[in-house]
Amino acid sequence: MRKKKCTLPLMMMTGNKKTFKTGGEVFVQKKHWTFRITGFRLLLILFVLTAVVVSLYRFIFGLGSVTNLNDQWPWGLWIGFDLLCGIALAGGGFSTALIVHVLHKEKYLPIARAALLTSLIGYIIALVSLFLDIGRWYNFWRPFFFWGYHSVLFEVFWCISLYTIVQIMEFGDIFFERVRFPSLKRILHATIPFWLIIGIVLPTLHQSSLGSLYVIAVNRLDPLWWSMLIPFFFVWSAFFLGPAMVTIEGTLAARAYGRVPEMPVFSSLTKVTMWMMIVYLVVKVIDLNYRGVFTQAFNGSLESNMFLIEMIVFVLLPIVMYAVPSIRNKLWGVFTASVLVVAGVVFNRMNVVFTGMAKSAGGHYFPTEWEILITIGMWSALILIYCFVVENFPILPKEDLVSHESSMASGQTVNI
Amino acid sequence: MTRNMGALVDITKCIGCESCVVACRLYNGLEPGQDEEYGTARDGNAELAPNKWTVVQSCRTEKNGKQIRRFVKQQCFHCLEPACASACFAKALQKTPAGPVVYNEKLCVGCRYCMIACPFGILRFEWDKPFPRVLKCQMCLGRVTDGQMPACAAACPTGAITFGDRDKMVEEAKNRLAANPDLYTGQIYGLKDAGGTSWLYISDAPFEQLGFRTDVPQKPIPEYTWQVLRWTPFIFVGWGALLTGMYLYTKRRAGVHEEEEMYAAVDDDDGK
Repeated sequence: MRKKKCTLPLMMMTGNKKTFKTGGEVFVQKKHWTFRITGFRLLLILFVLTAVVVSLYRFIFGLGSVTNLNDQWPWGLWIGFDLLCGIALAGGGFSTALIVHVLHKEKYLPIARAALLTSLIGYIIALVSLFLDIGRWYNFWRPFFFWGYHSVLFEVFWCISLYTIVQIMEFGDIFFERVRFPSLKRILHATIPFWLIIGIVLPTLHQSSLGSLYVIAVNRLDPLWWSMLIPFFFVWSAFFLGPAMVTIEGTLAARAYGRVPEMPVFSSLTKVTMWMMIVYLVVKVIDLNYRGVFTQAFNGSLESNMFLIEMIVFVLLPIVMYAVPSIRNKLWGVFTASVLVVAGVVFNRMNVVFTGMAKSAGGHYFPTEWEILITIGMWSALILIYCFVVENFPILPKEDLVSHESSMASGQTVNI
Repeated sequence: MTRNMGALVDITKCIGCESCVVACRLYNGLEPGQDEEYGTARDGNAELAPNKWTVVQSCRTEKNGKQIRRFVKQQCFHCLEPACASACFAKALQKTPAGPVVYNEKLCVGCRYCMIACPFGILRFEWDKPFPRVLKCQMCLGRVTDGQMPACAAACPTGAITFGDRDKMVEEAKNRLAANPDLYTGQIYGLKDAGGTSWLYISDAPFEQLGFRTDVPQKPIPEYTWQVLRWTPFIFVGWGALLTGMYLYTKRRAGVHEEEEMYAAVDDDDGK
């Protein structure tokens, strides 16, 4: 690894950066915080500001004034999408941590920090959404002191709060590389293995618990989705979604910043996802058979059709795409399959929250434009924070290092 | 020793006068909304609301080829092992020893998981308030702990609501079914539904035709959750130990990395 030392690209000599030499090694350090404003980013900032205004309105006039939530549909877009999907999509953080830092599969190191970053931002967004959604928000701290441990939500709440703190600790290790604070950095660095392990255990627990939330809806959630195994399905899918999410992010970041995508990492990660998805599919079929509802998947109802789409388009198809080398070794192939995997997990969560509950809930729910605006604002904030952090902190691998490794590993050119 | 109280509603005796609805409002100080009138049972679409903890639903159905009309008083069933209370992570909903499942707004976070959990879909949320509460029948906790009947039971002029120890109510229901097997369907709703409820119903028309949920599990709903949740400490310790083991094992073989030299902030100058 030592030989792949950073060579100094010419362009770095200019601009607001300072270069200095220490012991023959060249370091490059940005002097100021930078954040370039482009038209797209202005649009995102506008979305965020709109969301801020709408949420202020919501806090003053209540949930009924901005949402279409009702007594039949107490949970809507913010819980279903921002929270359940947001946390699931942040699954890249813990699956990458497990693969890279616990199993020490070091060829995946280049993506580790980006995965951690997206996960951290995802959790913060989810917590903000939750705060917007709870009616009596000034009481949010109550569960820390009034232990309703018999509630799944209790576990979810504790784990998500703690995990967010753990992720901040993990990120602190990176933060103090940029903001020099040697003593703190040393303490953090020494305790990092602890944070890493607790940072895998906690999300394992709450990713599954997000599914367990629906165990209680035993007579309400459609049997195609309700199962005593729903916690397993949730944590398993959040885990296999991780590599797919990392692939999408990596590709988009590469494109946005004119970098070379970490293609060998992506195509090699597909093995993890593919095998886990095969297990997922097999367990699903066994579970449906065991509960005697397998035939319900083919009875032509809305629920059964949505279920079949979920299984065929978003599980079976990506498995096939990952299995075929000529698809998974091309950027478009691995990217498309990964998009299907991620969309599939979102589709699954939506089916649990909406499709599966529709019949028993009765009534009607479709989010208002205000709810949608807040959701758009949340995800815009995620992109903006991501851009700011990767442009100011050492998150993505040094470019020459990546291109060097990837050309060695695959020897192929990538066109996007 | 606190008595575990319960109520028995005999649908054959209810005439839909809604005295119970009025009594509930008066005792609990629930203000009627604008343009709201009593006597909604006649429309057959009375709905529970934050300010209506009990309603009388009018149902038309058929029995022995004849059109019949029945009135069903709705309110919280006060499960013996309530799903809502088990779902509450702040202990805002609790089952009291006397029977009522009560709500404490001081502890409530407003997450509405109780509304997802309730197998009967009873709970109502104050959507229009900045600090909304979750509201439902409290089974007149103050009256019941004083040894009185709930306001609705006390107001019932036809004896459709009987109130007393739950065991006695079950006995009473069984006696009535046995005494009049031709009239009643022979079922007691709430005996085993959701693991048993404090409010019990007997009727001369099948419950599913009267708008009762007949898909409710016969065992206590919190048991389902507990079957999953009880594994939490074991997963925490076991998975944590396994990860630590794997970490230490694979670390020996891993190379040493200068992480600080691997990553850099993206230089956006040549970006899009």
